[in-house]
Amino acid sequence: MTNRTSPTSEPTVPGGVRNPGDPAVRVVDLAKVFAGGVRALDGVTFDIPRGELTSIIGPSGCGKTTTLKIIAGLLDATSGQVEINGTPVTRPGPDRAFVFQDFALMPWATVLRNAAFGLELRGVPRKEREATAREYVAKVGLSRFEDAYPHQLSGGMRQRVGLARALAVDAEILLMDEPFASVDEQIRRKFQEDLLRLLSEEDKTVIFVTHSIEEAVYVSDQIVIMTRGPSQVSKVVRPGVDHSGGSGHIRRSPAYLDWVERIWAELQGYLET
Amino acid sequence: MELRGYRLPMASSLLVWFALWEVIGRLELVSLIPPFTEVLRAFAEVVPTEDFVEAATITLQAFLIGMALSFAVGIGLGIAMGRNRAIGSLMGMWVNIFESSPLTAVVPALMALLGFGLPTMIVTVFVFSVWVIALDTQVGVERVNPSLIEMGRSFGASRRVLFTRIVLLAALPELLAGIRLGLIRGMKGVVIGQLLIAVVGVGYLFELYSRNFLMPEFWALLIVLFTFAFLASEAVAYFERKVSFYASSR
Repeated sequence: MTNRTSPTSEPTVPGGVRNPGDPAVRVVDLAKVFAGGVRALDGVTFDIPRGELTSIIGPSGCGKTTTLKIIAGLLDATSGQVEINGTPVTRPGPDRAFVFQDFALMPWATVLRNAAFGLELRGVPRKEREATAREYVAKVGLSRFEDAYPHQLSGGMRQRVGLARALAVDAEILLMDEPFASVDEQIRRKFQEDLLRLLSEEDKTVIFVTHSIEEAVYVSDQIVIMTRGPSQVSKVVRPGVDHSGGSGHIRRSPAYLDWVERIWAELQGYLET
Repeated sequence: MELRGYRLPMASSLLVWFALWEVIGRLELVSLIPPFTEVLRAFAEVVPTEDFVEAATITLQAFLIGMALSFAVGIGLGIAMGRNRAIGSLMGMWVNIFESSPLTAVVPALMALLGFGLPTMIVTVFVFSVWVIALDTQVGVERVNPSLIEMGRSFGASRRVLFTRIVLLAALPELLAGIRLGLIRGMKGVVIGQLLIAVVGVGYLFELYSRNFLMPEFWALLIVLFTFAFLASEAVAYFERKVSFYASSR
């Protein structure tokens, strides 16, 4: 998909001209207090550069998923805001697509219909949306399973459907909430590589929530490290692991191992409290 | 069921029971139980009579109208209770009380209020069946995976679309279970109502047969009702099995 590289196809942004250097998403002083007084977020601020993959990592309960859902427009912030291309987020929009930790596939619908469901909700005619969905189902490697139902697929395959559905709507920003958490380790590695390959063809801005340090270092251009009590951003780092050498090479490279260690050291202090 | 490696059809169990019934009937041990062949004869005799057709028609009419009302109100109420916490806690207690109370007791009051005709029977069917439908619908709606709802919202679904394309379908297993249980209760309702009214429909025939000790006819009528109840609930169970695969995988 190269149709989004031409500058004329970019949507115009109310409130200003958009520079390629501007961040796609700005999270500004975000706070969230849940009913009952639980402070999930407290003054969270970071930028998500355009066209890159940013991971949000941190111990459970640090508000990673809450942050992602506020960016998605699924939750309201108590204070602060999220800006997408300069416009504050108030609700879900066609510029963002969400990939769910538990896949969120409709068990009564086939793989193809699930993958086309985002387009179905946007009122795309059947033929057109099925053609698009078929294309993405093939890209995630599930062509043979178009007519299968989710319960007939493994966890990894289900998440591929979830990814196909998110890619099919051609949103600029992909929000992934621990997408590989329910997938076993071997499949997970394969999936990480497939994800990177797919994204290299798609020109998306990706926000990726994970609790795995290795996963974050492996897939990310930028990593936002969050801590809890209070839930804040402790550091933003850019490991910049060189992906040219193949996955086996990367996972043994000193730079990769060094980054894993550094992030572990950063998080360790908060885990023991 | 298997016998020495041969698979026997379900109906063979019926045959065994009918044979046993025939033997007990022939031995004339209990006057309440005539031989099964006698019952079959009575069955062939009773079913074509005008009395029977009339009784069956009015019973079916009361049943169908009562059930239609139950579906509309029960499903609507269940959805409201499942979606809206205030309505859920406001109505939940009452629906549970009615669901577990012996409603046979209110039929005489209904008779006094609505007379001895169709309205009483319809309302009886309704009050017997509506609560379980409402409760099961509520459970179904409440059990919808919150992720599915977020998924719909994230792709821009309106409340109405979210409801018709996700919530209702996701709640279908429980909804159908409620409908099946509702049908069975409704069936009980229509017969109990008529027995208490005693001058209309199947209830009138039961009264007539038992008072005159026409046991073969009495059993024949019971078999008609059993068969109808069984087929109706099996028809819903068939659809339930079709969706049961996803009750566990939501």
